[in-house]
Amino acid sequence: MNTQSNALSAMSPARPLYWLIRRELWENRYIYIAPLAVAALVLFGFLIATLGRAVATADPARKAAVFAEHTGFVELLIMGTTFIVALFYCLGALHGERRDRSILFWKSLPVSDLDTVLSKASIPVVVLPLLTFAVTLATQWIMLLLSSAVMLASGLSPAALWTQLSLAEISLLLFHLLAIHGLYFAPVYAWLLLISAWARRAPFLWAGLPLLAIGVVEKVAFNTTHFVTMLGNRMGGGDGVPPYPMPDSAAMHHALTLPALGGFMVSPGLWIGLLLAAAFLAAAVRLRHSREPI
Amino acid sequence: MTVIEARGLRKVFGATVAVDSIDLHVKEGRILGLIGPNGAGKSTALNAILGLTPYQGELRVLGRDPWTQRDQLMRDVCFIADVAVLPRWMRVSQALEFLTGVHPRFDRAKAEALLARTDIRHASRVRELSKGMVVQLHLALVMAIDARLLVLDEPTLGLDILYRKQFYDSLLNDYFDRSRTIVVTTHQVEEIQHVLTDLMFINRGRIVLGCSMDDIEARYREVLVNPEHVAAARALKPIHERQMLGRSILLFDRADARQLAALGEVRTPGIADLFVAVMGNQAGMAQGAAR
Repeated sequence: MNTQSNALSAMSPARPLYWLIRRELWENRYIYIAPLAVAALVLFGFLIATLGRAVATADPARKAAVFAEHTGFVELLIMGTTFIVALFYCLGALHGERRDRSILFWKSLPVSDLDTVLSKASIPVVVLPLLTFAVTLATQWIMLLLSSAVMLASGLSPAALWTQLSLAEISLLLFHLLAIHGLYFAPVYAWLLLISAWARRAPFLWAGLPLLAIGVVEKVAFNTTHFVTMLGNRMGGGDGVPPYPMPDSAAMHHALTLPALGGFMVSPGLWIGLLLAAAFLAAAVRLRHSREPI
Repeated sequence: MTVIEARGLRKVFGATVAVDSIDLHVKEGRILGLIGPNGAGKSTALNAILGLTPYQGELRVLGRDPWTQRDQLMRDVCFIADVAVLPRWMRVSQALEFLTGVHPRFDRAKAEALLARTDIRHASRVRELSKGMVVQLHLALVMAIDARLLVLDEPTLGLDILYRKQFYDSLLNDYFDRSRTIVVTTHQVEEIQHVLTDLMFINRGRIVLGCSMDDIEARYREVLVNPEHVAAARALKPIHERQMLGRSILLFDRADARQLAALGEVRTPGIADLFVAVMGNQAGMAQGAAR
């Protein structure tokens, strides 16, 4: 009995979270398969393009420009993929376990609803940004090595290429992923998790309909579109200026300055979003506690 | 040591009363069978005990409120809610790893030893296993947890007789000891008769009969009445009468043993027959009350 109570107290609070996150990756393998598949596809295309251009162009500066274009494309493509993966994952995370009744198994274990919801929220907020970073960087490095090899083989110096993947650019990418895809989009993910915990069926529909309804009511009642504009800006579209430095933009190297980062970190938009995310997640925890299998 | 203590436990779904103010008192080291027709409120009562549904009234399981303290409670309580709730995507090896990771009382070596007796391979996914194997797997996982209360809700539903027999044998021989408590519901009443220490009939959300198996042996007698004594036997007010192969079988509650012995062959009734008798009287009483 003594050793048992020792074992109980020895279990750190982070331990269940670690296993819950591993569990999510076991169940939803597309979380890492999708970005890896996209990366493989891009590399395949890049290989063909590089071999083709190696014959066509001999100018190293021109090659560097083409290379920069490609690496920027890779970033956007993998980011877009993981963003879609995140949305898809969130909508199913708390719905699937009720639909297949496996929630009854999970609830038979000494794991709290709070830990469960936090582990699921950490997939889009922490795991996916880090994964995107790793996959993007690895893909870009392989592209760099491929290009260099091709240039060397045709008797050219690849030196111009090696200025492309600067430390500044890599840091900016990491910051962009953690800050924007993690924190700035957090209320979006939290909303989807909430709907996923609440809806009996068609969580996809329920996630969108209330937002559409608010937009329509606002338009009819006040003839304004603040809500829709706000949503659009949050998702990175709309006509508002993005509240953060975009990677691979012309001003990229200048944007990564402390004032810019600081400005984003203290912007009310970010913090209002995080508060909303916390409220949505709290509601999702309550629903996980009381909802029964569908 | 009391494991489950309920007073006035009540659960209402809209206009339907699923559990109607029941009192429960389950002591350590007992194996309680909850028997009742479909919709009697068995599962609802169990869900309340397991912290899966909110309830009215007083309920303490191992001294805790299951609804607000489910996660702490589940260190000492284990349950198999229904067949096939193990996640279908999970591999057997992943289930072992995960439980080792999150459950402080899970003994992986014991689970592996139990699995070694079956045909279940560690690399298999749950969806690749047969229904019987999924139950075997779930039971192996549950028996490797050093829990004080195990709740089984229709654990053998849909299994063939071989698996069902194995299930209860394994439970009794490899798991149960006097420091553990088991609560089980099932429709296969006869199969758990020899397993139980206590019995509870539940109908329309109420406890119709609740007593130990020893009490049942002491209280209830079934008599295969010789044809010439049928009238005399009926005069002793049996609670139930049925015909089998041309003979009358009468069931008595608290009747004098010597009087009964004079009427024919006396034996202890099976749970199923007792259930039919008690439930039949219930229905009669309800009709009488309605009139």
